[in-house]
Amino acid sequence: MKILVGLKRVVDYNVRIQVKPDGSGIATDGVKMSINPFDEIALEAALRIREAGQAEEVIVVGIGTDACQQQLRTGLAMGADRAILVQTETALQPLATARVFLQLVNREQPGLVILGKQAIDDDCNQTGQMLAAIWGRPQATFASGLTLTDGKATVVREVDAGLETLEVDLPAVITTDLRLNQPRYVKLPDIMKAKRKPLQCIAMDELDIEAGIAHQITDYERPAERTRGIMLESVPELVTALQSRGLL
Amino acid sequence: MSERDCMEYDVVIVGAGPAGLACAIRLKQRDPDCTVCVIEKASEIGAHILSGAVIEPEALEELLPGWRDHPPPICVPAKRDEFSRLSKTGRLRLPTPPQVNNHGNYIVSLGALCAWLAPQAEALGVEIYPGFAAAETLVDEHGAIAGVRIGDMGVAKDGTHKPEYTQGIDIRARITMLAEGCRGHLSKRAVQRYALDTDCDPQTYGLGMKELWQLPEGRTEPGLIQHSIGWPLDNSNYGGSFIYHIDATRVAVGFVVGLDYADPKFVPFEAFQQFKHHPSVKPLLAGGSILSGGARAIVEGGWQSLPKLEMPGAMLIGDAAGTLNVPKIKGTHQAIRSAIVAADHWLEKHTSAGFDARLRKSAVGRELRKVRNLRPAFHSGQWAGLAISAWETITAGHSPWTLHNRADHGALGRVDSESASYDYVSRDLPPRDRLQSVYFAATEQDEDQPVHLHILQPDVCMERCRAEFDNPCTRFCPAKVYERVEGENGPRIQINAANCVHCKTCDIKDPYQIIEWVTPEGGAGPNYQNL
Repeated sequence: MKILVGLKRVVDYNVRIQVKPDGSGIATDGVKMSINPFDEIALEAALRIREAGQAEEVIVVGIGTDACQQQLRTGLAMGADRAILVQTETALQPLATARVFLQLVNREQPGLVILGKQAIDDDCNQTGQMLAAIWGRPQATFASGLTLTDGKATVVREVDAGLETLEVDLPAVITTDLRLNQPRYVKLPDIMKAKRKPLQCIAMDELDIEAGIAHQITDYERPAERTRGIMLESVPELVTALQSRGLL
Repeated sequence: MSERDCMEYDVVIVGAGPAGLACAIRLKQRDPDCTVCVIEKASEIGAHILSGAVIEPEALEELLPGWRDHPPPICVPAKRDEFSRLSKTGRLRLPTPPQVNNHGNYIVSLGALCAWLAPQAEALGVEIYPGFAAAETLVDEHGAIAGVRIGDMGVAKDGTHKPEYTQGIDIRARITMLAEGCRGHLSKRAVQRYALDTDCDPQTYGLGMKELWQLPEGRTEPGLIQHSIGWPLDNSNYGGSFIYHIDATRVAVGFVVGLDYADPKFVPFEAFQQFKHHPSVKPLLAGGSILSGGARAIVEGGWQSLPKLEMPGAMLIGDAAGTLNVPKIKGTHQAIRSAIVAADHWLEKHTSAGFDARLRKSAVGRELRKVRNLRPAFHSGQWAGLAISAWETITAGHSPWTLHNRADHGALGRVDSESASYDYVSRDLPPRDRLQSVYFAATEQDEDQPVHLHILQPDVCMERCRAEFDNPCTRFCPAKVYERVEGENGPRIQINAANCVHCKTCDIKDPYQIIEWVTPEGGAGPNYQNL
């Protein structure tokens, strides 16, 4: 069985996000970029399945500019067998991303697609669900537990009311939540080995994808600064302060 | 425990700063068959680099003759210099000292410059590994340095192994280049182990703090380089400010304090913040925002404090050696030059022996010798320092004498002696305090790992230091790593290791020399952007 894993290149979670002065986007000049953390968990899950002998190959997929090769190489250093980069200069919206994955699914015929439940840059949380729908296969989202037996996946999901356990037939789409696993550290010799693993580049044009633009971003701006708090001495003062602001 | 993995190279370089990367590039340019590996503790190349920075381009020109055709991302030709002395409310323009005349130089971000050098080194075949910390040096059976050991990943605070524990590998090499920058912890141990500092003065240091500001358009003058001395420092403290105008909306603002200050109550971070509120500075910054900020110790000892730069199996280069030119406030060109000398020496001699003499005779050594008396002249205060500096400059360093350096940690006075009072203003520009400034440094560190700041004799903190110096670590650390808190058995020092920006000030200024800085897990620490 093959497992397909998506790795999105995003601004690192430690970086303080800065809006470009002209409001046209997020500043990425000199900014640390990383694998979307949920995607890293997805890759770790796939690697553990392969190491348990339940899959033969883990393929990591990136969509974007050539810079995404950096994240794919990290994925290869973690242990993926090969990588595919779909090259495009434009940022895709979730439906187009799902369509790219469908094309790759048709080519590679994986038994499982594992994606992060969302990317930490746009927080869409849509690609996995859309892929399952257009592929016509089951989906199990927000996985915090995952076991495979006899062509089925048992997935523990984190839902509002607690934990829900689903069983889905493979092939299926699974999206990962934070508590599914703790991704491994990359070992230094593996980074060197990863440089020699296959990384296939496919031009976006070759895939004949309908762009599926559902929305346009018109402007970015910083959230309003929180004003400094004031210390009050007593409850009556608090009541007065709230009243003066029309809050009581 | 499984057998430790090992990789072998001709050369291993510790630290991907200007010295380390320049050394790697030079080695590969001259000998493409030489195998070179660079280890960097930052999560990305440049993420732990903090510098002014105005650089002299000659050394870069020597290393990469065509560099101007594809310059680093931030690279602004110097246009105009301003040098002033501040009082609390006034600014007196002084003639620009010749050392800080920047005609022909460039304002850069040294972090961005390193991130620009790294792929050029990789294109030559250098292997660069960011996110891996060299935790210790390997020593062979003859007592020579034989490479470095990478720190383990996934060790819990109590020393036990977490499920994702990964053992660090050994990197063995015929020569180890220590290019860790100022007060590198492997360099420090090597200096002690091989007694490299027996024939020189103690090394001395400064603490540099810097913020990159985004401003409304129309306030900057790209290429303008402003330096000041004076307020908020008093006459006895060495230090000053810099403001480098990068482009239409960005300036680099910074402040450097000599770590030979005497008052244990002095807070370097506060001095920097005060400077930003000077009436001639605040209007520039008000309404702007900080893009990134941090701090880093600077090596200031110069010629007199240069340790022996060679030991069996290893060499010291760049600020790890101490090649920075303080009067010029520039170290990058010296770091690159020292790296070139080291690379050439290794390729020609295949031994570290003779490197020390070669470097001292080179342009690096000549430049340091010429200005050797300028920094120590300021031991007698700013005015005496300026006067002696003028003399030394006129005589081009030919004075028959050499002034000596004293160790910074010995300079602190007792807390009961007369404490200076500071003529400070109330302030409202960000950051509000040191914790907020750490936020601009974007430090990242897994809290569940052994504390990387070792207090070797914890009893001293409360039994002696508290009474004698009132725990100055709680004030000199620009990231508020050290806090005195009330514990069950009375007050104690709490170490907030995850705040650490790797500036090394604690290792330097602690009056008892019992704080030892070691590397945390690779990839931990600040994530500077364009500093």
